[in-house]
Amino acid sequence: MMKKLVAMMLAGVMAAGLTACGTAAPQTTGGAESTEASQASSGDVIRIGVFEPSTGDSASGGKKEILGMQFANAETPTVEAGGKTYTVELVAADNGSSADKAPSAASELVGKDVSLVLGSYGSGVSMAGGPKFEEAGLAAIGVTCTNPNVTAGNDYYFRICFLDNFQADVLANFAMEKFSAKKAYCLGENGNEYDQGLVAFFTQVFEAAGGEVISDSFPTNNSDFTSYLNKAKSEGADVIFTPVSIAYAKQIMEQAASLDIGIPFLGSDTLDDNMVLEATKGTNLQLYVSTFYQEGGSETFDKGIKDYINGNSDALTANGGNDTISAVTAMGYDAYYVALEAIKAAGSGDKAAIKTAIPGVKYDGVSGSIAFDEIGDAVRDTAYIKTADTASGTWAFEKVQTGSGK
Amino acid sequence: MEYVISVLLSGISVGGQYALIAIGYTLVYGILRLINFAHGDVFMVAGLMGIYLTSALPITVSLPLVILLTVLLGFTIERAAYKPLRNAPRMSVMISAIGVSYLLQNTATYVTGGQPMTYPTIPFLSDTVNVAGTQTKWVVIITPFLVLALVLGLTQLIHHTKVGMAMRAVSKDFETSRLMGIQVNSVISVTFIIGSALAAVGSILFFTNYPAITPMAGAMPGLKAFVAAVFGGIGSIPGAVLGAFIIGICETIIKGLPSAWDVSVFSDAFTFALLIIILVFKPQGLFGEAATDKV
Amino acid sequence: MKKNKNILPALFGVAALLIFIILLENISAIIPGLPQVFQPTSPLFTVLKKAAVYSLVAVSMNLLNGFTGLFSLGQAGFMLLGAYTYAILTVPASQKDQVYYLFGGCAFKFSIVDLFQSFLGSSGAGGAAAMVLGCLLSIILAGCMAGFFAYLIGFPVLRLKSDYLAIATLGFAEILRAIFQWQKLGPITNGANMIKGFPTFSSFNITDANGNVLVRLSTFVPFFITSLCIVLIVLLIRSSYGRAFQSIRDDEVASEAMGIGLFKHKMLSFVISSFFAGVGGALFAMYVANAQAKAFTSTMTYEILLIVVIGGIGSVSGSVLATFLYVACSEWWLRFLDSEMFIGSFKVPLLRNGFRMVVFSIVIMVIVLFFSRGIMGNREIDFGRLLGKKRNVETGKKKVG
Repeated sequence: MMKKLVAMMLAGVMAAGLTACGTAAPQTTGGAESTEASQASSGDVIRIGVFEPSTGDSASGGKKEILGMQFANAETPTVEAGGKTYTVELVAADNGSSADKAPSAASELVGKDVSLVLGSYGSGVSMAGGPKFEEAGLAAIGVTCTNPNVTAGNDYYFRICFLDNFQADVLANFAMEKFSAKKAYCLGENGNEYDQGLVAFFTQVFEAAGGEVISDSFPTNNSDFTSYLNKAKSEGADVIFTPVSIAYAKQIMEQAASLDIGIPFLGSDTLDDNMVLEATKGTNLQLYVSTFYQEGGSETFDKGIKDYINGNSDALTANGGNDTISAVTAMGYDAYYVALEAIKAAGSGDKAAIKTAIPGVKYDGVSGSIAFDEIGDAVRDTAYIKTADTASGTWAFEKVQTGSGK
Repeated sequence: MEYVISVLLSGISVGGQYALIAIGYTLVYGILRLINFAHGDVFMVAGLMGIYLTSALPITVSLPLVILLTVLLGFTIERAAYKPLRNAPRMSVMISAIGVSYLLQNTATYVTGGQPMTYPTIPFLSDTVNVAGTQTKWVVIITPFLVLALVLGLTQLIHHTKVGMAMRAVSKDFETSRLMGIQVNSVISVTFIIGSALAAVGSILFFTNYPAITPMAGAMPGLKAFVAAVFGGIGSIPGAVLGAFIIGICETIIKGLPSAWDVSVFSDAFTFALLIIILVFKPQGLFGEAATDKV
Repeated sequence: MKKNKNILPALFGVAALLIFIILLENISAIIPGLPQVFQPTSPLFTVLKKAAVYSLVAVSMNLLNGFTGLFSLGQAGFMLLGAYTYAILTVPASQKDQVYYLFGGCAFKFSIVDLFQSFLGSSGAGGAAAMVLGCLLSIILAGCMAGFFAYLIGFPVLRLKSDYLAIATLGFAEILRAIFQWQKLGPITNGANMIKGFPTFSSFNITDANGNVLVRLSTFVPFFITSLCIVLIVLLIRSSYGRAFQSIRDDEVASEAMGIGLFKHKMLSFVISSFFAGVGGALFAMYVANAQAKAFTSTMTYEILLIVVIGGIGSVSGSVLATFLYVACSEWWLRFLDSEMFIGSFKVPLLRNGFRMVVFSIVIMVIVLFFSRGIMGNREIDFGRLLGKKRNVETGKKKVG
């Protein structure tokens, strides 16, 4: 009897929940569409789509990137274009860090009638969402998706960051200049296009310069890295290159610390994250990462974003509980202003006009000056290299590194 | 040489941690004939509880509390998700297990916000030690001994106590043991309690060694532990432990093979290949009793 | 006799659905000023496409799990095979260097679409025909590839029972994924990188010379292929083979005694189910516009399994219905649960990222526990009754034990 009662109650609650969903959903989405769409055409609001992961493996990076956009939006909530003042609204859709959720998230944004899209963190989801934007005639500005295939073959995808091959080139050169490295050990996740792309480009550059590269791939959801690290040690590698996502980077750093490995680590932009930094704190690890922005690059931005993070508990959680600025946050911030520039140049929130305007946009952001080439990639020839200061748990600026010019 | 030692060391410690999870699988499977897909996720949740409780309470309180709460979780899952389906086809129970696993993973994503969480350092266990020129953590050394002790205790429990006898009886024949006056449901609950407690201990050891927890952190160790249980002969505790050690060591050896061969990516695939081979050629596993049920 | 009586209205129903889809897709071009939902870029069509693809995979899984009683969890692996086969065969040769940029081009220098174009012409009607034929052939080959692998793997694993079969097929899918991600196979599989640039659903839209869309067919195509495949599966289920499958499900020993070759029929069911999973994989690749092994995880298999359970194990129409509900809820209707919401100044508690999936998994658990027969149980939607003709429903009311 009791069991039946519980079952009935649960079912009742669920049914009530479902009907609530059923009635609430059309109201929110439908309402937004009909009322706000007419507002946009009458000229009050311009919506910018935020196509970022908030769940899944890349959630940590995606949230930090959104943070930069939110801060920029709080700082400059309006834009003047074509003689009118528009309020800018950010509309987010979670692409779940996975290629099979990305198309529907992309069309969710398209359906919300946004004028252009920013994102995503992670190249795979950008490539999966890209065709949806292209179909809808909607321009997207990639913030930190570094894979060459994001913009190649998609006229509507632009990006403000450097590419994998440039980054790998920078790091390979840095390894040879700083450590006179002859032998490098590369470790990436099997099946992750970001990791494997960087490893492949790094190998090309490093071997062309006469170095030797040993590389390994670990399976997804792997947690034991000690075998790999010990292998690097026994092979006598001069540097270890680990362009992996944040969760793995954290594991690798922690395990390397307990192994007392004594080989410097090189990391890509994903490792520029305070969770990774935290893992190196109080250890004797040497970690160098290439990145888009170095804290201290713009004092007003640093102060502003820190106040914003500390003044908002959600933002603080999204940033991993402290106020260290990730480069992706700065990139998100710049991306927002690039979007505003594009809107200004277009003179309205019309998506076709914005798409035509983007290639001509030039903007001096906190991460450097941004302009686009004919493929839609940012013209960038420098990357920042920073190192983890393990005593204080902060990033220390190492140098500005340019590529070998290829 | 140092390298060989370091590979073996991590193999043994990985194996030990799989062993603790594998015991939970083998006990539950032995009695319910159910692959408890949620077991790996219980292990992950135990890890998360460890993080949240340690941040609020001293470690001497929080760790026992983690074990207690994990036991409670395992017990609740059994009562809520498996018991109502006792007379349903086996497929339904397994689907329910997959559903629970899905629920635990999604809840963990919701609670952690998808961020990888850092497991707290536990005094002594997290300290490093030098073994024959290789640096490692104390937990690596302790794990195999702890596992052996727990297994000895458990086999004593199963062979020399009333509960143990009841467990063996239920795993042999459900209906007959019920007729003999055994409280089948309580025996099943005890099984889940033991399994969950071991998963909690396993999570403390595992995450001290590999301190990042993501919502998917339990899935792979869980599946591998199941393979270990099958390998050793499902229902047999020493078998599961041995299987876990073999799988753990093989896996680290594959990872440690020369990079030029580029086979380290198959360390997971190897486990599954082993599973298929075992199932096809020796379905009763190393120590299992020949069962007509599988083939 | 009753079988033919039931099948005709069902075919009419399917045809009506397909016509309705074409109309729905093009209605915004015919009648301007409709709400956003009817615009071709609205989430409605994305959801419809995804659901069409998933429903084929769900029905193929149901054929195996629900009608033959073989509990297989290898669906994602067979989809992966299909997706890669389709992608490798259809990427235009001119684009292969760009797609395989890490490996200096693809080992397969040709593309089936190019092949057809070489004798049908590459522009105008000839080009369109070449594309359609090339894609269809590649989709069929994708299914064959999956079926072939199922045949190979079937020999060892089909001797296993229930949960052992499940875990073995799950392991098989994981092994496949690792192999396809292996950098050494890069010239064929593109390693970790995704394969893209092949014809997708949108390629089927009829456009004029300037690229303006005249008739939209991008939602129609997945619906058409899926309906065709599901009709074939239903015909199979209703044939003597299908009855043999169901008797194996209900009692292996008895069916063997009745002279049904157990292994032969299990293998047949396994290969056919995998063939359609492969076709589903090819469609999935067209839906996401790329093929990457990373997407085909065991989570995907679980998702499809849960769809089958929600729809009712042993009901084809249930699986289809459940897929549309599931996809619409998870990708569209429940998305609002992920963002903070204010009713007036009251902030609705709990709503934040990830909440959608929590609610979703609770609903699934409730269905599994309290409505274990799913939406349809093992009944089917009776199209004859839907069309208004009173008819004696004879399809199975018996309970599966």
